[in-house]
Amino acid sequence: MEQILANGLYLGAQYALIALGLTLIFSLMNVLNFAHGQMYVLGGFVTYTVVSQLGMPFIVGLLASAVTLAVVGGLIERYLFRTVIRRSHREESTMLLAAGIAFFLDAVILLAFGEKQRGVPKIINGVFNWDFRLIMPYDRILIGALAIALIAAFILFMQYSTAGRAMRALAQDRVAAQLMGVDVNRYSTLGFALGAMLAGLVGGLLVTITGINLGMGGPTSIKAFMMIMIGGAGVISGAIAGGFILGMMESVGLTVLAAYGDITYLAIFVLLMVFLAFRPQGLMGKPWG
Amino acid sequence: MKRRALLISTALVAVASLSFSGSAFAENPVLKIGFVGVTSGPAAAWGTSNQRSMETRAAWINETGGVDIGGTVYNVEIVAFDDQKDPKRAIAGMEKMAQEGIHYVVGPNVDDGAAAVRPVAEQNGIIYFPYAFPKSLYQAPASNAVLGMVANYQSGPAIYKYLIEKNGIKKVAFVAANESDPLSQRDGGVAAAKELGLEVVSDSITYQVDTTDFTPVLLPAIKAQPDLLVLSGVSPANAPQLIRSARELGYEGLISTETAQDAGVLQEGAGELANGFISVGGASTPELASDQMREFVDRYTKMFGEYNDESNTKVYALEYILETLKANPAAITDVEAFKTTMDTFEAPNPYMTGDAKLTYVGTSSFGQKRQLSVPLVVNEYKDGGFMTLFVAQVD
Repeated sequence: MEQILANGLYLGAQYALIALGLTLIFSLMNVLNFAHGQMYVLGGFVTYTVVSQLGMPFIVGLLASAVTLAVVGGLIERYLFRTVIRRSHREESTMLLAAGIAFFLDAVILLAFGEKQRGVPKIINGVFNWDFRLIMPYDRILIGALAIALIAAFILFMQYSTAGRAMRALAQDRVAAQLMGVDVNRYSTLGFALGAMLAGLVGGLLVTITGINLGMGGPTSIKAFMMIMIGGAGVISGAIAGGFILGMMESVGLTVLAAYGDITYLAIFVLLMVFLAFRPQGLMGKPWG
Repeated sequence: MKRRALLISTALVAVASLSFSGSAFAENPVLKIGFVGVTSGPAAAWGTSNQRSMETRAAWINETGGVDIGGTVYNVEIVAFDDQKDPKRAIAGMEKMAQEGIHYVVGPNVDDGAAAVRPVAEQNGIIYFPYAFPKSLYQAPASNAVLGMVANYQSGPAIYKYLIEKNGIKKVAFVAANESDPLSQRDGGVAAAKELGLEVVSDSITYQVDTTDFTPVLLPAIKAQPDLLVLSGVSPANAPQLIRSARELGYEGLISTETAQDAGVLQEGAGELANGFISVGGASTPELASDQMREFVDRYTKMFGEYNDESNTKVYALEYILETLKANPAAITDVEAFKTTMDTFEAPNPYMTGDAKLTYVGTSSFGQKRQLSVPLVVNEYKDGGFMTLFVAQVD
């Protein structure tokens, strides 16, 4: 049981961080960013390049991922989403744009980083072993703790900084925020950059544990969408809750259902369908959006 | 006036240079060879190593004047199609090859794609070289598919037998991704292990290919305390993580797979934890590689920036096609002539030292010669490279 809980917490922390970026972008711009997984992959490859290819410390790689993805996210919002939102009132226009960006990033990543699985050396060696009741490598403990610290920092930023308050106002009511003097364009760009940066940070963190490859983008996006469906789209606390719930469900399922084959996600999808039938807005979302 | 003259002369130079470059390309007739496989998504490494091997070899042949088939010298052109690991796309790819008049196609890389293209290949006179293992593709009445590598049901028993004799293994556990290829490879491995008298302590554990933490996946298998953990059909993307998780969970037994792996990927993903990992490879270990193999690796590396060890087996398909066409030039447009030649074809293997031969095999597995004789080289990973454990032959 201890092992299941520890695995669930570790998975939950990384999932929550992925979902936070996605839900932030959705809440600010009403955009379903299908390219979120590809941004995660790009972040992983940037850290890989800085650490394994250039031989620099891991923290530099992580910062490089954060900065790169923030810039990429900001540019995407400024020159693509803003233009499309201005010219089209149909919601599917931004969805199609996001899907197009996902395919584009896949192609760019293939050209720039190749088709191979990549990884960086372990940042800490050794395994915590509590009498074989709980086994957890130290690097996972560190990555899990860093993910939780980043979640906490994000919450504090959104709660207490001027930019965070402006973005929350924007998420609650775009028109009212504009009337109150909030620079909508500026904070939309900042929010998108922040969301992309979070995806890049998780990619950078996890490249030390799981490595990174071209194909991880799509499945990551799907999991991120599941998390915000569970927690409620556009709600920060919902994304965190969704991440930890999915992580715990995965951990429990992989242990309890192992004897029946790979049916964990089958069971999770069934539960999700039933759950959404009763509560389509998720745990913490509002029925009216 | 001067401006007009400048424009006219520029246009003339452009036309002349285009004609010149056109005549350079038209120096030799072109022999098109197709590739239909996965070069994007999670399994991109499988098809990309195929395509790049073919492109490297084709560029090399063209650079040295082309390939002489029946007195005509051809330049080789690779026509590639990414099927995205989707059987519907694989069919579209094979149809494109038929429309281009191509008779020889390498790929697809996976079972369902290889099965899906069979009708298109047979109706359009295409011989194709899948990297997929279902026996029905290669057994009569099927006759257009030629297995491009060693199948798991051929390499698995050889590995288990070797480990029984050398390491005295008794208990084995299998772990596979929840996809058709790995699952069928697992089932074949379980049957082979039981036949050899091994106790299969775990064979139901599967995982999603996008799993980010293998600790909970592997825990039940490790608890069963096997002497050998088989990662059935594991992709190069998942192998380092599985090895790392198993070792971090305290597993000290042997780990093996029947798929080809890349030493660089293992080094980056698992480091020294991957030492001792057993996999199937080609002929590029120092003790087996010929000068031509070494030059191929150099050229591949120069062309694409980095070599992929999976290409050790994938270098062979194009070589077989061209050598068989040399042996019977009528086969350029007549695949029936190609099939007839396969029964007696033999040529030196340019990628291995010694007197290794290129021949078609598969009689013992398929009842007919529908497999490339690629050396069954079983490797052990050690400190960033592969060492040859043993070499065997199919049939």
